[in-house]
This record gives sequence, structure tokens and C-alpha cells, in this order.
Amino acid sequence: MLDVHSHRQEIQKMTDVDLIDLKMSARNVQVHYGDTHAIKDVDIDIEAKCVTAFIGPSGCGKSTFLRCLNRMNDTIDICRVTGDILLDDENIYDKRVDPVQLRAKVGMVFQKPNPFPKSIYDNIAYGPRIHGLARNKAELDDIVEKSLRRGAIWNEVKDRLHAPGTGLSGGQQQRLCIARAIATQPEVLLMDEPCSALDPIATAQVEELIDELRQEYSVVIVTHSMQQAARVSQKTAFFHLGNLVEFGETSKIFTNPEDPRTESYITGRIG
Amino acid sequence: MTDASLHTPEPRKKSSLMTVNARTKSRNASETRFRMYGIAAVAAGVFFLVVLLTAILSNGVGAFQQTFITVEVFLDPAKLDKKGGREIENIKKVSTFGYTPLVQQALFDAVEANGIETPLTKRKDMKALISASAAAQVRDYVIANPEQIGETVSFRVLASSRVDGYFKDRVTRTSVARDKNIKPVHLDLVDGLQAAGVIKKQFNIDFIVGADASESRAEQAGMGVSILGSLFMMLVVLGLSLPIGVATSIYLEEFAPQNRWTDVIEVNISNLAAVPSIVFGILGLAVFIQFAHLPQSAPLVGGLVLTLMTLPTIIISTRASLKSVPPSIRDAALGIGASKMQAVFHHVLPLAMPGILTGTIIGVAQALGETAPLLLIGMVGYIATNYPDGIGAGFLDPNSAMPAQIYEWAKRADPAYYERAWGGIIILLVFLLTMNIIAIILRRRFERRW
Repeated sequence: MLDVHSHRQEIQKMTDVDLIDLKMSARNVQVHYGDTHAIKDVDIDIEAKCVTAFIGPSGCGKSTFLRCLNRMNDTIDICRVTGDILLDDENIYDKRVDPVQLRAKVGMVFQKPNPFPKSIYDNIAYGPRIHGLARNKAELDDIVEKSLRRGAIWNEVKDRLHAPGTGLSGGQQQRLCIARAIATQPEVLLMDEPCSALDPIATAQVEELIDELRQEYSVVIVTHSMQQAARVSQKTAFFHLGNLVEFGETSKIFTNPEDPRTESYITGRIG
Repeated sequence: MTDASLHTPEPRKKSSLMTVNARTKSRNASETRFRMYGIAAVAAGVFFLVVLLTAILSNGVGAFQQTFITVEVFLDPAKLDKKGGREIENIKKVSTFGYTPLVQQALFDAVEANGIETPLTKRKDMKALISASAAAQVRDYVIANPEQIGETVSFRVLASSRVDGYFKDRVTRTSVARDKNIKPVHLDLVDGLQAAGVIKKQFNIDFIVGADASESRAEQAGMGVSILGSLFMMLVVLGLSLPIGVATSIYLEEFAPQNRWTDVIEVNISNLAAVPSIVFGILGLAVFIQFAHLPQSAPLVGGLVLTLMTLPTIIISTRASLKSVPPSIRDAALGIGASKMQAVFHHVLPLAMPGILTGTIIGVAQALGETAPLLLIGMVGYIATNYPDGIGAGFLDPNSAMPAQIYEWAKRADPAYYERAWGGIIILLVFLLTMNIIAIILRRRFERRW
């Protein structure tokens, strides 16, 4: 394990701010897909109660890196991850960590809405059930309602909780998936291009939701839309060819980027 | 050179949309031709199917009807219970030979009572008309009801297969000219008895539920015991190949690492599906009978052999249906902290279920119609004459199977068996059809859940 104390000090030095509430931090992360070096030497800090956006051209590794944060890459045989990723000062790639437990704390929402082909209720209740979060039906009902409310979809589905989740519209499905991720009471919520399959109205709803979620969770969102990153995030990281080129306050990245590559990307010259 | 490229190309000829140009014409013609080929192929397929079905039905339907003779048999105490004590032991001592004259006498009396003119004057002349099974039938009745001795009891006994053939136009007066079992005078008598209502062609349930009979009693043979044999085999096949096949597929598809070993296993499973079934038969003979000393001709062994044969089919179709479950479902489950096994059993497997069931039923249906491996483990032959007396015996007693029984009948000399072979095919097809319908119903059911 790293020396946590010195690690924190180092971060403080690096970021040159007072130590704010740090949720996750990555150091020296390398990802290899077989012979391809997909992520090169990425260091990043993710704050609590903050939306962090990952932007960059297609294939730059932002989704790959996102999937490292809850070890979803473990499901890919040829994928190797090295380096340290800490969640509350615990290395999630430690041998003792069971990825199942980790994923309960670090929830994920995917690019394509992927509700289970079950009822809306069962979609939400599945996570709490397998993690034993409810002792009885009443508690479970309560969790389902709260999650759907937080997912900003309660009013639309409260009368048809037992209708199939796959029967909802795309935007509703995605909010259902967000509610499903919230239901397991995660600490960090990872979103992999959550709006890329949605129309502008549904996108606006989901963005609003992300902004609300910031009150309680630390949200990491991968997006192709720079406008979206600018709208919803406080921090932005720009990835290019597997490198983390620039990371900082969103306002600074979009108005006064330090790296020429960032500038050419946000002005539309590369990517 | 450069100048040439500057010239504007020849302007395209103006053409009307109203006239079809040559190129389009030839394209349309080739499309029409292709459609014709397609229709011709479908028509040929349908034609063969119709020919097959009409052949099966026209040849086989006769087997479900049988010619019966209704006679009033006087159960003569002087012959059946000479000591007169009505003791079951004494009654059992009288063999079927003691009963034959009684049945013949009964028919002879019926001929006289109905006033049918015939040159046949002896009781023994009736032998050609009555099935050899009749005496056994009466004897069984008497042993079950000894108190009836001395009474006259009405029996519906089978007519001999020649008489049955006469009713089904298989036997004619010209064809019996050289037949030593029956003579044209007998056929005249049959005509008379039919007019009197003594001989009738009726539906024969025993063809479906009865046991096989000897070469000389085609009229008595039925599929019943071999249906049971097939049933017990299918229980073994289903009970073994479904869990083993599904577990194998889930492991290979969801858990196994992708390396050289799993590749080798995969290739081998695909190859096994193409191995001729007789190879599995000889393997079963060597392993299950000669090495493991399991009983010969037993449905258990047949089921084990057919399991080997069915497994690749089930594994391949199960893997295909697991593969067709979108990976996003797995991601969704893993993303909220389900373990791999929970993701598979809660989400992937239910979605793959319709495909798994279809594959399994196709595999089992294939096994149901399989004959070749049964040849080698001794399930073909004159075996299926007794019902198994219990579940255990059902698995372990020598038995046959439907296709093996059909093959056995088709081999026999009596043309009456030829008809029964076709009838057996009908029963087999009904079973296969039923299984397919069950597959469709199950698939619909599982799909309707979402």
C-alpha cells in the first residue's frame, strides 16, 4: 500500500489548493489491451460532490479509464491495468478487494440505456436485493420510490411500476438506469456517454438530473459533447491518444486551456 | 495530356423514365428468374412433403384398425377344470392348447347358428380364421375369473392376420391360391360371417398400447412397450443432457478464459456433433456394457448413449443463445454489483431460455428417432414383449424403442408387419410433432415474460 499521508501531501502540492474532499484518485495508471497501450500514465483526482467530465476524441481512452474506476475492465480477458486507483484511500486494485463490493460503491450508467427485461420495480429492486439493503417489502418499496424520485422519473412511472422497463422511451429508460444505479446507494456514479442515445429533450432532463445528483454523489461523466461537459461539470479532463493532456476547472479548460492540444480540440481542429 | 482532361466529358444521353433501358431490363429479368427458382424450390419441397405424408398415412392408417371376431365361448368345466375344485393351481395347469378347441368350437357354432353355407364341416377348419392369441386371451380371462367356468362368455378375439389382410385388401382370392394358411373357402366363410356381424373391422387400441408379438401373430403386435422404452430413454437423455449441456455451455461461454484449451474443447464439441451415431453406439457397447457391465438392451444404456449423441447439439444451441443475449445486460448487472454468477443466473440465463429449450427439444427429438446406436447395444430385435413392472425395471429391463421396433417390423416376412411398420411411423411422428409443439409453446411462454 502507498503511504497515504505522504500521498495526500503530494496531491496537495500538485493541485495547489487546500485539500478538498477527495473521493478517488488515480496514480500512474496504465492500461494495456493485449499489445495496445490504451492508457498511458494517468494521474487524476476525483472530488466528492462534484461532476468530473472526461472529454476527448473517439478512441482516446476516456471510456476505458472510466471503466477502470469500478474495475469493469476485469471482464475483458486481455485487459491489464497497472498503477493505483484509490477510493477513500483504499487501493481498489488491491488483491483483497472484491470487485463486486467495489461496484456496489461505484455505480455505473452506460451509453445505451440497458434496463433489465423485467418490471420497472424489479429493475430498481434488483441491486438492493442482492446487496441485502432492505429487510422487508416495505423497506424495499421505500428504496424503490426514493431511487425513482431521485432519478426524476417517479412521476412518470409511479402508476405502472410493474410494467416492463423496456417499454419506456429511451430517455425514461436512461433515467431508470440512473435510478437503478442510485438504488444500491453508491458513493461514486460513473456515466459513460449517458446521453449519446437520447434526443435533446431527454438529454436536458438527464443533465438536470446529473446536476441534482451532485448534491450527494461524486459523478464522473464521459461525453462526446463539449457543450455538455461545459454545462454539467465542475472539473474537466481532456484525454488524447491515451494520455491525460489536461485536467482542471471546467471554466478554465474551456476558456483558457494550457495545452495547445486541448485548445485545438475544443475549437474543433482535432477529433 | 493535361489538355485532354480539361475537356468536358461526352454529355449523358437524355433518356426518358417512361422507357425501360436494356440494363434495367436484364436486371429485372434476372430478379424474376431468381424468384422463379425460389418458388420452384419451395414447390418441390412441398411436393415431397405431401408425397411423404400421403405415403405414410395411406400405408399406415390401416394398422390402427384390426379385424375382430365376436364369439360366445362355452367355458367347458370338463376341459378346464377336470378335478372340479375350481382351484387356481389346477386351472393354471391347462395350457392354451386346452383352450384352442373351445374358441374354435364357439366360432363353428356361430357359423351354424347364422346358417352360413360352407363346405367346411370340421371345428379345426376354423383355425385359419382365428388368431393364435385368442386362446391365450380366453385363458387369461378364466384364470382371472375362475368362477365363470361352466358359463358361456362373449369374447372379442382377434382374427388371424390373413383374415385381417382380406378386410384390408392385402389378401385376395388369387393371392391365397398358394397360401397354406388359408384357402378361398375360408374367405367365403369370412364374407358370410361379416354379413352376420360376427367379424368386424374396428379401431385397435392395442396397436398403440400393446406389446410386440411373434412373427406368426402380426395381428397382435403393438407399439406400447417400445413406446415405454423410448420414454424411459428420453427421461435419461433429458435428465442428463440438459443439466450437463447447459452447465458446460454456461461455463464455456461465461466463465472460461479464452485460451488454447477452451479452443480445443470448442472444436471438439463442434466435431462431436457431426460424428455418426453408430460410433456412439459402439462406444456405448464398449464402455457401458462391456466395461461398466450395465445390462444389455436396457433403456438406461440406450439413454446414456443417446445422451452422448445429444450433448453436442444442446451445447452448441445453448452457447448460441447465450451469445445472443446482449452484453449490455451483463454490464448492467455487473455495474450494480452483481457477481458474475448472479449476472448469469438472474439475467442472462432467463433471456437465453427460449433458445436453450428449443435446442434441447430438437436434440431430444433427434435422439427419439435414432436407431443406429440401439442396434449395437441390443435394443433392436424381438424384445419388447413384456411391460416393465415398475420404474426401476423400466430403466433396466430389456426393452426396445419406437424406431427400433419399426425397423424390426419392417424386417419381418409377414406383409401384415409391413403395414404395422408404417403405423409405427405415424405414432413416432405424432410424438415428434407433440414435442415440437411443446417447444413452441414453451418458447412463447418464456418470451412473453418481458
